Amino acid sequence: MSANGQRLPRLEAAGLDGWLVRLFERIDEDNLAWISALARECEEAFGAALIDLVPSYTTLLVVFDPMQLTPAAARRYLSQRLGQLQSDKAALAGKVHELPTWYDPSVGPDLERVAKHAGLSVEQVIDCHASATYRVFALGFAPGFAFMGLLDERLEVPRLDTPRQRVPVNSVAITGRQTAAYPTATPGGWNILGRTAAKLFDREREGFSLLNVGDCVRFVPVGRDTFVSKGGDTTPVDET
Amino acid sequence: MTETNHVGFRVERAGPLALLQDAGRFGVRRLGVTQGGPADLHGWAWANRLAGNPWAAAALEVTFGGLTLAAECDVTIAVAGADLGATLDNKPLPLWQRVNVGEGQILRFGSPVNGLRAYLAVAGGFYAEPVLGSVSCVSREGLGGFDGHGSKLAEGDRLTVSEKAGQPVAYTQLPEKERIDYREPATLALLPGAQVSDFTGASLYAAFNQAWRVDDRADRMGVRLTGPPLACRVTSMISEGIGLGAVQVPPDGQPIALLNDRQTIGGYPRLGALTPLSAARLAQCLPGQAVHLRATSTESALMAYRRFRHTFF
Repeated sequence: MSANGQRLPRLEAAGLDGWLVRLFERIDEDNLAWISALARECEEAFGAALIDLVPSYTTLLVVFDPMQLTPAAARRYLSQRLGQLQSDKAALAGKVHELPTWYDPSVGPDLERVAKHAGLSVEQVIDCHASATYRVFALGFAPGFAFMGLLDERLEVPRLDTPRQRVPVNSVAITGRQTAAYPTATPGGWNILGRTAAKLFDREREGFSLLNVGDCVRFVPVGRDTFVSKGGDTTPVDET
Repeated sequence: MTETNHVGFRVERAGPLALLQDAGRFGVRRLGVTQGGPADLHGWAWANRLAGNPWAAAALEVTFGGLTLAAECDVTIAVAGADLGATLDNKPLPLWQRVNVGEGQILRFGSPVNGLRAYLAVAGGFYAEPVLGSVSCVSREGLGGFDGHGSKLAEGDRLTVSEKAGQPVAYTQLPEKERIDYREPATLALLPGAQVSDFTGASLYAAFNQAWRVDDRADRMGVRLTGPPLACRVTSMISEGIGLGAVQVPPDGQPIALLNDRQTIGGYPRLGALTPLSAARLAQCLPGQAVHLRATSTESALMAYRRFRHTFF
């Protein structure tokens, strides 16, 4: 493992209260097994001095309380744990979620443009998006927003030139080799294909987020009636 | 400890932005939930301290001013941070000190005189139901605040005060020399980060030797600084966790210092991170104000931060 000629894993200073542990250079499903193992080690090593952990594709940001630990001491904890790290294969056996999704131009205004860009029919785009199982690589951007991959190369499209002011809640969207479902209405530049009826972020739920890093996700195409019966909102994108 | 909650203030006029903030929302960043908390840690901490509250008590962060509150009972308050021309029954309200407010009195915030964000603390602290462990209000996420859903204050809202036993009051006012004049040019201490060597030499020189101007694209997520563009050999990276004060440089070369409501992960190269107290200082700068960046060491940043925090134990 190496990046910029330096060996990985590498500890990078991230302000007074954080170390960014860079474990990998490239995005890969297997990264999760190591990042999740390190997260668990940190919980044990730092105890009450641990403030937050932010796992992402290739890194883990470890945030600690600088009143309890000096950055040098935190670095020593991390080096020790990295030296004896075992990958956590169980992290790759995350939960499998099936998200009922209504693919329709009224709630998926970019379906046709994506089809045109890919040289496929709208039906083929839906088949292609719904036939894969995606892995959750990271949560971020907004509460419960799961970055999932890897999307079929045929559906690779860039972000919109001008992001939408408001992407409706539960929109299912793609960009590059990634896909996601919006847990809250936010501005966004991804290409919207449809809408899921699943409740993605629920503060009454244990763990809050439906999807967590390491989970697997399948989008299951449903018709309008099923979508509505599962609580889906059919308000067209233009009118939300 | 006995605790009873009661209405402390009624909102007569909401103003552009007044948000309830405790120390922040922690342990949930892995879910994509932002940190929140006071943009100016220094002003917030002193308002609470002067009101006799413990470190993490919830205070009101008033940005720009424009807020008018009517006291619904007798309360003790302290306003610290920015001078937003606050008045009590039309007489200037003394800042950085304890003030007793009687039922029916009107507390009015005007417009910025010195700084941008004032902190109103009330003895006992403001009360709201915590959401994911905090009452910090993040409107974008629909979390926290008085209603728990991140709503902005509106006319007619009633603000609840919790009547907890206060801390021993060591200070009734902050000595003049400890107060910050936010109109002075700010020098912000930055801890260089791992990507600092990806910037060109000329850009690194410029970063620490030219004046930066605070742009009007500034909010609780981040503050954009404008000046001659910085060149970085790396334009974007795989998204990774970003900490408070991180100074990221997008392809246009104009740095953005990330504050409390920043997104949890991002993919732009970073010069490093402002120290917590420098991030707080930047949060008091008005658009157009000049700031300088100064590289600092972990040791001196840690010493300064611990000295500051020890005042509030």
